[in-house]
Amino acid sequence: MAITSIKNLKEFSTVNERFEGAHLLCPGCAHSMIVRELMNATDDNLVIATNTGCLEVSTAVYPYTSWDTSWIHIGFENAATAAAGAEAMYKARKRKGTLKDPDAPVKFVAFGGDGSTYDIGFQWLSGAVERGHDFTYICLDNENYANTGGQRSSATPIGAHTTTAQAGRVSYGKKQKKKDMVAIMAAHGAPYVAQLAPNKWKIMAKGFQKALETEGPCFINTVSACTTEWKFDPKDTIHITDLATDTLMFPIYEIIDGHELNILYRPKNVLPVEEYLAAQGRYKHLFKPENKHVIEKIQKDINDFWEYLQRREEARV
Amino acid sequence: MKGVLATDRRGVRELGAEELVGWDEVTQGVVLNSFDIELENVAHIPPEERPYSDFNSYTATVASWRVIKPVYNRDICIDCQNCWVWCPDTSIISRDKQMLGIDYDHCKGCGVCVEVCPTNPKSLLMFAEAEDPEAALAKWPEKKKKEKK
Repeated sequence: MAITSIKNLKEFSTVNERFEGAHLLCPGCAHSMIVRELMNATDDNLVIATNTGCLEVSTAVYPYTSWDTSWIHIGFENAATAAAGAEAMYKARKRKGTLKDPDAPVKFVAFGGDGSTYDIGFQWLSGAVERGHDFTYICLDNENYANTGGQRSSATPIGAHTTTAQAGRVSYGKKQKKKDMVAIMAAHGAPYVAQLAPNKWKIMAKGFQKALETEGPCFINTVSACTTEWKFDPKDTIHITDLATDTLMFPIYEIIDGHELNILYRPKNVLPVEEYLAAQGRYKHLFKPENKHVIEKIQKDINDFWEYLQRREEARV
Repeated sequence: MKGVLATDRRGVRELGAEELVGWDEVTQGVVLNSFDIELENVAHIPPEERPYSDFNSYTATVASWRVIKPVYNRDICIDCQNCWVWCPDTSIISRDKQMLGIDYDHCKGCGVCVEVCPTNPKSLLMFAEAEDPEAALAKWPEKKKKEKK
């Protein structure tokens, strides 16, 4: 098992990158920060499946590919299925002795957006995790269908404006709460499930390495700030992600074997959620006097969820 | 800097400049090879030694997307590599723990590197695309004093 050193950033920066530039993701997109970090966290061979979404349409624009590893694009719902199939074939060929280099370390990774993970590919992801394939599924959660123009997904948080849950005179945007995907995947009994954010690079790289090393299906939900649909300046991607983790809108935690919960990052000063909401255009209608109750509800949900995480961490069950 | 950007094929073609074909001419299902030869252990070969094929986006450029560009000031840089880890476009060139410069063929000018730079004054700043790097360096701001409380 060869793993890149992530003791500090200087050592981390000596790796040879396998994700090339001149892909067509928006300037300041967090997707490529996350993908680069995953590919840099290991020097094993990677087999990557990506389903339709921003990442796929931007990194494989014919006649170009931005991937220096084995990479397959597959339908909107099938990243988990493709990775599981490749892994099953690899195991079978290893058993039959038909691999060219059976000792070469190989890791199977699937990337999906939140649309394909929370909604469209949910059934297939659930199946692949239940069958126990040895792969890592990474959800790039930007809380909407950004590739098709910003429609609502079940990852969109309450109060956010999207093109199919518009804010205006009658509505304050999406009215339903975000689905707790991490808990659902933990309930499958997956050996390693985590929620990570790119602004905490070390926690994220450690989480990726842990998931790659763990045998069995691992699920990681990563926060990917979307400059286009969240409506903020491209240069502020890391700042927005900082706000997301420090207001506890996105707590960073892991769940091992479906029960052992560890909180990986506790902000020194927990910020009020208004700071996170005010930094993005998709929430600007919430600051009208008639929508004040939505902000109060978001803050209450965050407090309740943080309390729940802390109690679960204490209880170790 | 020149030695690092070794492949002279890099950045020679503009994305989208190819001739378009009709629906009936499009091949269904395509395999693109990232390299000219079958390459093993890619993670152990530095980018400048890899035999990139013409299908690899490494050989393409998105430089025309930029309206502003980051300019790098070596004198102030402390090689913390913050810009390297958060660059979304693999455009910060770091070798042997040293930041060498910016890959202007792949940089889209988002400005994340400038925001995460911790030095005072910043060792990366955004300038207009047309600005001459030498002139930009001459305009570099002085160190800001901490405000007394």
